Amino acid sequence: MNNRGFALYTALALVYAFLYLPIALLVIYSFNASKLVTVWGGFSTKWYGELLNDHQVLDAAWLSLKIAFVNACLATLLGTLAAVVLVRFKRFSGRALFTGMVSAPLVMPEIITGLALLLLFVGMENLLGWPDGRSMTTIVIAHITFSLSFVTVVVRSRLSQMDRSLEEAAMDLGARPLTVFLRITLPIIAPALAAGWLLAFTLSVDDVVISAFVSGPGATPLPIVIFSKVRLGVSPEINALATIVVALVALAIAVAGRVMMTRENQGG
Amino acid sequence: MKSLLEGRGGRFLVGLAPYAWLLLFFLVPFLIVLKISLSEPQMGIPPYMPLIDWAEGAFKGTLAGYRTLLGDDLYLLAYLGSLRLAGISTLGCLALGYPAAYAIARAPRHRRQALLMLVALPFWTSFLIRVYAWIGILKNEGLLNMALMGMGVITEPLQILETDTAVVIGMVYSYLPFMILPLYATLEKMDLSLLEAAADLGCRPFKAFLAVTLPLSMPGIVAGCMLVFIPAVGEFVIPDLLGGPDTLVIGKVLWAEFFDNRDWPTASAVAVAMLVLLVVPIMVFQHFEAKRAEREE
Amino acid sequence: MAQAAGKREVVAPWNDPQAVPLIRFEGISKRFGDFVAVEHVDLAIFKGEFFSLLGASGCGKTTLLRMLAGFETPTTGRILIDGQDVTTVPPYERPVNMMFQSYALFPHMSVADNIAFGLKQDGLPKPVIRDKVAAVLDLVQMGRFSGRKPHQLSGGQRQRVALARCLAKEPKVVLLDEPLAALDKKLREATQLELVNIQDRVGITFVMVTHDQGEAMTMSSRIGVMNAGRIEQVGGPVDIYEYPGSRFVADFIGAANMFQGTARGGEGALAVACPELEHDLSVAGAGKVTDGAPVTVMVRPEKVMIARDKPESGLNWAEGVVSDIAYLGDVSIYHVRLASGRKVQALRTNLHHGEESRLTWEDRVFLAWHPADSLVLTK
Repeated sequence: MNNRGFALYTALALVYAFLYLPIALLVIYSFNASKLVTVWGGFSTKWYGELLNDHQVLDAAWLSLKIAFVNACLATLLGTLAAVVLVRFKRFSGRALFTGMVSAPLVMPEIITGLALLLLFVGMENLLGWPDGRSMTTIVIAHITFSLSFVTVVVRSRLSQMDRSLEEAAMDLGARPLTVFLRITLPIIAPALAAGWLLAFTLSVDDVVISAFVSGPGATPLPIVIFSKVRLGVSPEINALATIVVALVALAIAVAGRVMMTRENQGG
Repeated sequence: MKSLLEGRGGRFLVGLAPYAWLLLFFLVPFLIVLKISLSEPQMGIPPYMPLIDWAEGAFKGTLAGYRTLLGDDLYLLAYLGSLRLAGISTLGCLALGYPAAYAIARAPRHRRQALLMLVALPFWTSFLIRVYAWIGILKNEGLLNMALMGMGVITEPLQILETDTAVVIGMVYSYLPFMILPLYATLEKMDLSLLEAAADLGCRPFKAFLAVTLPLSMPGIVAGCMLVFIPAVGEFVIPDLLGGPDTLVIGKVLWAEFFDNRDWPTASAVAVAMLVLLVVPIMVFQHFEAKRAEREE
Repeated sequence: MAQAAGKREVVAPWNDPQAVPLIRFEGISKRFGDFVAVEHVDLAIFKGEFFSLLGASGCGKTTLLRMLAGFETPTTGRILIDGQDVTTVPPYERPVNMMFQSYALFPHMSVADNIAFGLKQDGLPKPVIRDKVAAVLDLVQMGRFSGRKPHQLSGGQRQRVALARCLAKEPKVVLLDEPLAALDKKLREATQLELVNIQDRVGITFVMVTHDQGEAMTMSSRIGVMNAGRIEQVGGPVDIYEYPGSRFVADFIGAANMFQGTARGGEGALAVACPELEHDLSVAGAGKVTDGAPVTVMVRPEKVMIARDKPESGLNWAEGVVSDIAYLGDVSIYHVRLASGRKVQALRTNLHHGEESRLTWEDRVFLAWHPADSLVLTK
């Protein structure tokens, strides 16, 4: 078993190397004074300076964060409700359709979803006069639509593993269904809600294709800006941006890890 | 409010919001795509003709979009190209992902969480930027070629960027977590005493793997493959950034039809055809998802 | 009432035709699709009782309990608590509290908050809640743990908190779903007596579900034996054990030697001819049995005397060879093979040192018992 264990761990290490090599390179080259990959021009933070002066990027970043925040909140709300429906309500007419609609976005190619949503918005604009062109609203709606499926998967898993007798005990003690949900169920599945929220946030901040369809000149999220820059060629600002993002994410994970460790000791 | 949320009325209200949302913003748009695919293009806003001309009372649908699809080889080649690249990428993800998932599942319990986090962390950082990083690695003046030339393995830079190879590398890189996580979930749940029983009955480790572990991890394998293959077929960003003008995938075609040609009906027809192509894998995925969820509940 | 420490008045309201039961099941049945979990149950439970529903897994006892709690709705029939029809009343409006098998303590709340939860739902003022929580924690001797969370408690401690939580609201009925199943043997025995004592002190009606007959016998005022969704027999522990109404009950509680035979003669002293035995059995006080009817005679192993010498006249007896001995320390169970091949069990207390070695395998022995110690079963 030792030989096999060694081989396995080597494979794992190679996979990690594969995953992290590009990230490591981005970080290193964000400090490269030279634009070129092949030349090390000395240590410099000028790209960070350029990044912080680039209003297009900064505005887009701010917009993306706002969109991601709103999206995460609403997607978590809708996704949790969907999970409750799927786990607690066993039989109802239209359940097959509902299940299909909730799980399809998990695999649906973004290019199809993006096209479909844009056509919807255009059609709605023609018919109802709303939404008024592409704006933050259309992006948020589009993002919620695909994020909520991911939230549902995460919450559903936790909800189905929850001991149902806890809810029964609460009802037995006199709590009505709504109270049971708010005071018992919700606190117990809270970690899943948090995970779902983060997942929805990340998916939104990162989304390129769907945003490309449903955004417009008035509302350009960060991925679109980066995409146009990247298509034009190498832009070292991006390295700086990448490094900042990696640092923030690593920090967030470290914090979350500590929070989770203390919560795990509580069981339930 | 007190009695509102009890009994059937309450259940209805709880399900109403997500159901209505998905109906309006997921199902209806697909129906619209279907509708637009049957319309004729026109200049102006919106760039398609209405399907039903109320003034004339006539149905102005046309299958012209679909005829274009079937008539022009480009589309067929693009579909095949997408299927091929997605298939290769899925296999690549499986080849790398299975050992990784297995290693994490067999690691000491207290380490597993951290190992999984390490797999998920790249996913939390920008996908776009990471693909961009590969440009820097794979291009002719990029790191890979510099390293290989520096080591004397090759004298001329290898053309990797703007080829299908680069696209596959990019897709495997981006989709790997989607393969590892469901695989890990299945492997972790496996009862190790089954392997012990096999050993007790005289089965060598590798045979035990083939006879016990592999079949039992099949649900995870299917889930992972579906989670990679289906979106990969429609992938646009990676072929656009890492592929070249020869890289023919249906995602690029749809994008071009929509944004460059402003031909919404044809783009819609391409989308509908893509959906039809993917209907079977999507249903396979949903079937497995439903079974897995049922088992948990 | 069960036999525990202290003086106890033996009250038996079920024998009083004037007494009004607290809980009534009328014609209750429950179907899950094609599966019939509970079939036509009519049961009355009186105030202050410690009533146990006893049966193997799948017999429907838990379903019956859950219907009383309100978590399942009966397919037919109705349930009355204190004269009120509660069949369609949801669990949060019933004067019933349940102790779950898994205890179901809320993991994110402290012990005190767990217990206070039910009281909060009633909208009681904070000081009142605080006092009640303290009182009930005192009752189960868990006062020191009021600030702890469930995961910081042992299994036995969690069980007490679960019980306290049930009692806090002073309900009319407390339901217990296999309350001792998760405890180890020694703790179980101690908790059995404690539960009975607490029930006696608070005077609340307890309805318990268990598959452990020893538990039911020790703790209950009355036992309802269930089989395949039906109630086979209801009675006190002595009634159930000494006078089972059917072969099922006789076999389910304790061990039983059962002989099939044909009845001879009418009322009064009855003789039964059993093909497995060389002599007819005489049974006293059998009640109405028709001549020639097939009956089963049941005698418990502890009532069967075993000796090397032929027994005195007037006893039922049989001759055989010791084929197996189960030595349990306090008692020995002898499996004796008769000439007909049939095996009979006899239980003997090892009263003195060396008692257990007086009889051994292959010894020729005589089994004997008083006619009054056996029972005729027609079901």
